[in-house]
Amino acid sequence: MASTKVVIDPITRIEGHLRIEVQADAGKISGSWASATMFRGIETIMTGRDPRDAWAYTQRICGVCTTVHAIASVRAVEDALDITVPRNANIIRNLVHGMQYIQDHVIHFYHLHALDWVDVVSALSADPDKAAALARSISPWPNNDAAHFRAVQVRLKKFVGTGQLGIFANGYWGHPAYKLPPEANLMAVSHYLEALDWQRDVIRLHTVFGGKNPHPNFLVGGMASAINLDETATINAVRLADVQGMIRKAKDFVEQVYWPDLVAIAGFYKEWGAIGGGVPNFLACGEFPESDPRDLKSLYFPPGIILDKDLTTVHEYDHKKVAEYITSSWYTYDGGDDKGLHPWEGETNPKYTGPTPPYEYLQGEKKYTWMKAPRYEGKAMQVGPLARMLVGYASGHADIKELVGAALGKLQVGPAALFSTLGRTAARGIETVLVARKMEDWFGQLIANVKAGDTATFNKDKWDPSRWPKKSQGYGYLDAPRGALGHWVQIEDGKIARYQCVVPSTWNCSPRDAQGQMGAYEAALVDNHPLARPDQPLEILRTIHSFDPCLACGVHVLDAEGALLAEVKVQ
Amino acid sequence: MFIRSAEPWLDGSTLGEHLEESGVSRRSFLEFCAEMAVILGLGSAAAPSVAQALEAQQRPTVIWLEMQECTGCVESVLRTEAPTIGDLVLDVISLDYSETLMAAAGHAAEKARADSMAKHKGSYLLVVTGSVPTKEDGIYCTMAGKTIRQHLEEAAAGAAAIIAVGACAHWGSVQAARPNPTGAVGVRDIIKNKPILNIAGCPPIGDTVTATVVHYLTFGRLPASDHEGRPLFAYGNRIHDQCSRRAHFDAGQYVENFDDENARRGWCLYQVGCKGPATYSPCPITQWNQRTNWPIGAGHPCIGCTEPYFWDTMAPFYQRLPEVGGFGVEGRIDSIGATLAVGAAAGVVAHAGMTVMHQIRRRRSTNQLPESGSPSSGETNDG
Repeated sequence: MASTKVVIDPITRIEGHLRIEVQADAGKISGSWASATMFRGIETIMTGRDPRDAWAYTQRICGVCTTVHAIASVRAVEDALDITVPRNANIIRNLVHGMQYIQDHVIHFYHLHALDWVDVVSALSADPDKAAALARSISPWPNNDAAHFRAVQVRLKKFVGTGQLGIFANGYWGHPAYKLPPEANLMAVSHYLEALDWQRDVIRLHTVFGGKNPHPNFLVGGMASAINLDETATINAVRLADVQGMIRKAKDFVEQVYWPDLVAIAGFYKEWGAIGGGVPNFLACGEFPESDPRDLKSLYFPPGIILDKDLTTVHEYDHKKVAEYITSSWYTYDGGDDKGLHPWEGETNPKYTGPTPPYEYLQGEKKYTWMKAPRYEGKAMQVGPLARMLVGYASGHADIKELVGAALGKLQVGPAALFSTLGRTAARGIETVLVARKMEDWFGQLIANVKAGDTATFNKDKWDPSRWPKKSQGYGYLDAPRGALGHWVQIEDGKIARYQCVVPSTWNCSPRDAQGQMGAYEAALVDNHPLARPDQPLEILRTIHSFDPCLACGVHVLDAEGALLAEVKVQ
Repeated sequence: MFIRSAEPWLDGSTLGEHLEESGVSRRSFLEFCAEMAVILGLGSAAAPSVAQALEAQQRPTVIWLEMQECTGCVESVLRTEAPTIGDLVLDVISLDYSETLMAAAGHAAEKARADSMAKHKGSYLLVVTGSVPTKEDGIYCTMAGKTIRQHLEEAAAGAAAIIAVGACAHWGSVQAARPNPTGAVGVRDIIKNKPILNIAGCPPIGDTVTATVVHYLTFGRLPASDHEGRPLFAYGNRIHDQCSRRAHFDAGQYVENFDDENARRGWCLYQVGCKGPATYSPCPITQWNQRTNWPIGAGHPCIGCTEPYFWDTMAPFYQRLPEVGGFGVEGRIDSIGATLAVGAAAGVVAHAGMTVMHQIRRRRSTNQLPESGSPSSGETNDG
């Protein structure tokens, strides 16, 4: 078979605008290029603004992983101004971020990723009784019964019969890479619909504490939702009971639907444990502080670096070892486009050199994306659930070791299978189970505090800018659902002088650097990667979706003279 | 829920036929219609006419185009209460293109959109989220090798009407905040020859989007709108006039700092920067996420996200609206509410609201960044 150029643009079922191009030879992928095709420039807007407002602007970097930029932002400003938030505020942020993990990962699995593995059309020919037997064999979930599955199938059959297929039109149904029996497909489609309703119910936790979702409200110094058990307009027993119900509902669905489905479906796709590994290095910045985010020892998910798939050593993560390259990106550096710069010294001069739209191909272009290429000590890294679980596993984290071990045992594969497309998807499920269980601990801590008379949610000591130093700077990290995130802020005379973010998808979606090293998406697509039908690139979607791409933007700051104040990539 | 049926809505059949076939009870259908009638501001008495209109409609085609955005508006619609997103997609509309949800990708996705637009030319509803970058010939947002502006123009050409969902599609939102590096603009700045409705907010409440679609289905036209193109049924009133904490404003009872004794009593957030007095939004009425709560209800001041250019005109977010001094009330801030409570007619409040809007626009037109400072550094700094 001759070498074929394949373009997938848009990559759907992700956040943002992503284009993938590959070269396919005899059923395998031999070359790949990942291109972010949208740029917004949000950080330019930050300069000169009130640092207490920054969370609101940066939260709009992404509405799918809402909350994460806001929390990273308030942490950065609190670090700069040396503010310790009350214990309750830290717990509430953990609850909000924890529910974001749970809801985001479940939505990803069912609504963004599942259709890569689940053939909706095949579900039409399933036997609902057998589907119920299958489902009951893996979970006690109440809706796993034949009547429910039959109703779903009837609904689906007639929907397909209308000829108006809507979002399911032109899917790659019947592709030979779909391996699930019809009954498993029916079970998954049923849970796809259930998850749609479930997610909007459990995410209301954000609304209780932050007033809305997406984009709930945060506050430098704590949280704005005051606690008073004897008022109607505050966090009281009614609100807390609602939250407790959501936490239970979240955990039940994760343990009884998401996790069993994931393991069952993975069992039919074990060969994907040897496909799409790609970059062998992993970075986690750690997440879920017990009380103060600056106490790195207290993080539930530990920070660390894994190099060359070596699980015997966890290296310390130090953000000063990050440098960014723009060799393949639509920017220029004053000192030459082959240099790597630490984000603090970073510069960004956007300069589009791609073809004039409409265009057919970007491969062959020296620069082909709005994404920059961050590297850690010169090495490409993967970030996200797999990085977190590998760092935790290698660190001897008891909960992670137990669950990773159980998953490997159920699938009857060794740890090497983690370094793959399947490994990324499985790790996401593993950490969702862990967070869903941890939510009950955090909620219990909140109740215990309130019971003991501690209802504080806000530290007002440094609220007034007159109490701020003339100059300060801070770093806010956050290991978000999609991976390690950092916000850096410099404050002068009460205003933002410099603001900067390094975002998970920048690491994973990065293009080639000065040494020609590919980013994580690109490397995964050429690692033992099949492509049976170039006109139906189902396998590519599997691997790209296993990263849960989030592309919202890449951003940069210039001062009035055009000299660089700060530089940020966000996506 | 009337929509949760096992039956499909066949192409060409009316909703009434569809419901009959689905075995949906007349009563639950009318309950749904009553709820929609209230959301649409028609009053529950209008439920029968909503029902009549809905029953006669056919399942309409919707093309959803995502441009320069964060996808938060799509997520917001995923949270709707009635109809739910699952019901919406399977039973209420035919969502023929949605990058976030559709199974197909690349060429197959683009073909699905092209086929649908050709087949339903002149009759489909175009939903748009995100802004259009206009600098550098639009290369800051491309899809399938074409600029997003070109995609928008092509999709708009065959649309019956356009619903611009969210602040980005309305006027550009955060990427259009000063200095607007990519020249981001809203749909109305590009498309001039189609009816456009702006569902304002960052993001808007998902149910407002759903209600607009139902309005369109029911009455065959977009709902009446204000000078910003926002539907009156949702954006016809100021937050301040519908606020559950308004009585505290009138009584001069203010939160002076977060988590103070007054915050713990649920008092008015005006003094810590609430922009409710200058913001038109359905938040206090419909609330968020199945009526769970809303920003002011959760103790945080409104940031005015349904108003154009709010990232520049409403910031700093924790500084109180100095323009409220424009009431002509001199002296202590906590006397303003009390004065209003005694002397202000609704007309005066509305007038004051317009004054605030006018002054905010003037501030923006000077293209100056608002002064940063503590909330107590405003013009009425004597409270």
